[in-house]
Amino acid sequence: MTEFEEWSVARGAAIIADAAKQDGACIPILHALQRGFGYVPQEAVPMVAEALNLTRAEVHGVVTFYHDFRREPPGRHVVKLCRAEACQSMGGVALHKHAQEKLRVGWGETTTDGRVTLEPVYCLGLCACAPSAMVDGKVYGGLDEAKLGKLIDQMRAA
Amino acid sequence: MSRAKLYIPRDAGALGLGSADVEEALIVELKQRGIDADFIHVGSRGLYWLEPMIEVATAEGRIAYGPVRVGDVKHLLDAGMLDGKPHRLRLGRPEELPFLKRQSRLTFARCGIIDRLSLDDYRAHGGWSGLEQALSLGPAATVERVTKSGLRGRGGAGFPTGIKWNTTRLAPGERKYVVCNADEGDSGTYADRMIMEGDPYTLIEGMAIAGVAVGATKGFIYIRSEYPHSIHVLTRAIARARKANILGVNILGSRRDFDLEIREGAGAYVCGEETAMLDSLEGKRGQVRAKPPLPAHSGLFAKPTVINNVISLASVPWILANGAEAYAAFGLGRSRGTMPIQLAGNVKYRGLFETGFGLTLAEIVDDIGGGTASGRPVRAVQVGGPLGAYFPRRLFTTPFDIEAFTAQGGLVGHGGVVVFDDTVDMAQMARFAMEFCAIESCGKCTPCRIGSVRGAETIDKIVRGERREANAALLAELCDTMKFGSLCALGGFVPYPVMSALTHFPEDFGLVAKAA
Ligand SMILES: Cc1cc2nc3c(=O)[nH]c(=O)nc-3n(C[C@H](O)[C@H](O)[C@H](O)COP(=O)(O)O)c2cc1C
Ligand code: SF4
Repeated sequence: MTEFEEWSVARGAAIIADAAKQDGACIPILHALQRGFGYVPQEAVPMVAEALNLTRAEVHGVVTFYHDFRREPPGRHVVKLCRAEACQSMGGVALHKHAQEKLRVGWGETTTDGRVTLEPVYCLGLCACAPSAMVDGKVYGGLDEAKLGKLIDQMRAA
Repeated sequence: MSRAKLYIPRDAGALGLGSADVEEALIVELKQRGIDADFIHVGSRGLYWLEPMIEVATAEGRIAYGPVRVGDVKHLLDAGMLDGKPHRLRLGRPEELPFLKRQSRLTFARCGIIDRLSLDDYRAHGGWSGLEQALSLGPAATVERVTKSGLRGRGGAGFPTGIKWNTTRLAPGERKYVVCNADEGDSGTYADRMIMEGDPYTLIEGMAIAGVAVGATKGFIYIRSEYPHSIHVLTRAIARARKANILGVNILGSRRDFDLEIREGAGAYVCGEETAMLDSLEGKRGQVRAKPPLPAHSGLFAKPTVINNVISLASVPWILANGAEAYAAFGLGRSRGTMPIQLAGNVKYRGLFETGFGLTLAEIVDDIGGGTASGRPVRAVQVGGPLGAYFPRRLFTTPFDIEAFTAQGGLVGHGGVVVFDDTVDMAQMARFAMEFCAIESCGKCTPCRIGSVRGAETIDKIVRGERREANAALLAELCDTMKFGSLCALGGFVPYPVMSALTHFPEDFGLVAKAA
């Protein structure tokens, strides 16, 4: 499980100030915000814009362009399942259907109990160990329904 | 008893198969037995069907065991693993394994062997001699050596690296940049990841050589966020290299400066395209820029910039250290040197196979790869990532060579080979290619942004049996529009997987009767 902080303007401002010093700081700042809060809160967008001398629209454009940036808090656990070709060749599609049925969510959704967010990922570079997944930052290769099912059960319990 | 020495692969691939848990079990078990041991963290040798592959130092050299599961640890130690004794998982000396023995490992010579973060180990295995060469040769002669080696970009486009470097070298400007493209978004590829997690100093050395060659003092490594382990290892490697004065001011006492910074991507495939990457590094949406200007003239922050793939850069130290002719002696036609072929997906011997260009696809898939992992017949192979064509068996005589693949409407790309067995539905693979393009399009060109959505819908119609022939013709027309109306290879090359699936596997689209 990944612990995130509650959003606060003060913490947001500190994170932004810390990451704003570099060239091309926008994406590093957004990563830092998401690492802290689990997502990029809407209230942070004008703050980032001000720190970087950009318009809100520009920052909003960056946030929405990149698949990584969430605009809502995720569940306690985040499961990323690789949807790319190599994983498909090893039964990825059926495995994902199984996971979605078990969790009763679609791509990008969080279970009603707030425990698990399911996200697609297009390649983890584990193409010689397919099908693969990343669970709370930890990688798993050679998955099947039993192994993924066990991981899901563990997440639901914790 | 003297201390035992164990080599644990810690790249994301081995970790994903449980190497950290195996290490943990070994630590606990050895402690109970009162045996002192050193655990050396290495990258993977790239034989993933044998991972976690644990090696022990013995009197007869390193002996490998694999694939080792946590449950095997006790039994392995009882059997005398630390002395290299027999066990059903004993593989013997790794370099004698046929999969490794048949390779020509130049770029990957150290990967999986050395302590990945030890500067001493790196130097003991020939490290830094390429950089020392470059520093004594100077920019022009360094570029010339790279040009002579025939090295072409390993990121996909196959552009001659030396020519690119020379353009940047000659571009006027006080400040220049080296950018390493570590976005490795193609499914079926993991060579960049293996180098970054197994031999990071090779990439650092290659980038420092590029800096010397073009007159740049700063480099950026753009690593995709899907590779946290690469970011972790390279961050530590850069810090150590800086401490040893290999990076920073007056590197190795040469009166030249060069330093590196890592930037993390944010999950956009198109940011692997070099100009989109530059925009992303500048903190913007990763949209493709029109060329000209070339990045070599006006790249990052409008400064002359050389941008290369990880493997292109990591191949340079070997070339500088061993000579252009030695490198060019490998390969076929205009594809000189070696290529790390990455066998992926449904293939028995899944792993990285570095070899000179020129093997046929049949040799790669059947002979080296051993056919499918599922044991079923091979039906299709996708080479070169999601924008690469699907090859049916009758095209398996094609040699692995940039020109030969282009002639077949295919792509060597970054060297990924994804194998599919006869359960694959090629209409669905074609649909996926369109869907992927729609998800990842940067949005600049209408044929890519809208055409990909229409393409997926059209394939659905064909599959459902709606006016099949007419819709297939429409799909072909749409692909043509995308091919010629797209600014970059995302929209421009997606027609290759789609049309190759349609042409070679029409039965999956219901266009001809399925063979019994
Ligand atoms: C959509 C798209 C994605 C790309 N992705 C990558 C990538 O992940 N890694 C890479 O090295 N090159 C990628 N390229 C190729 C780069 O644009 C560029 O050719 C390469 O970085 C140049 O380096 P090289 O000459 O060393 O190959 C991509 C190109 C396109 C059009
Ligand atoms: S082809 Fe697609 S990804 Fe490439 S520039 Fe055009 S819209 Fe962007």
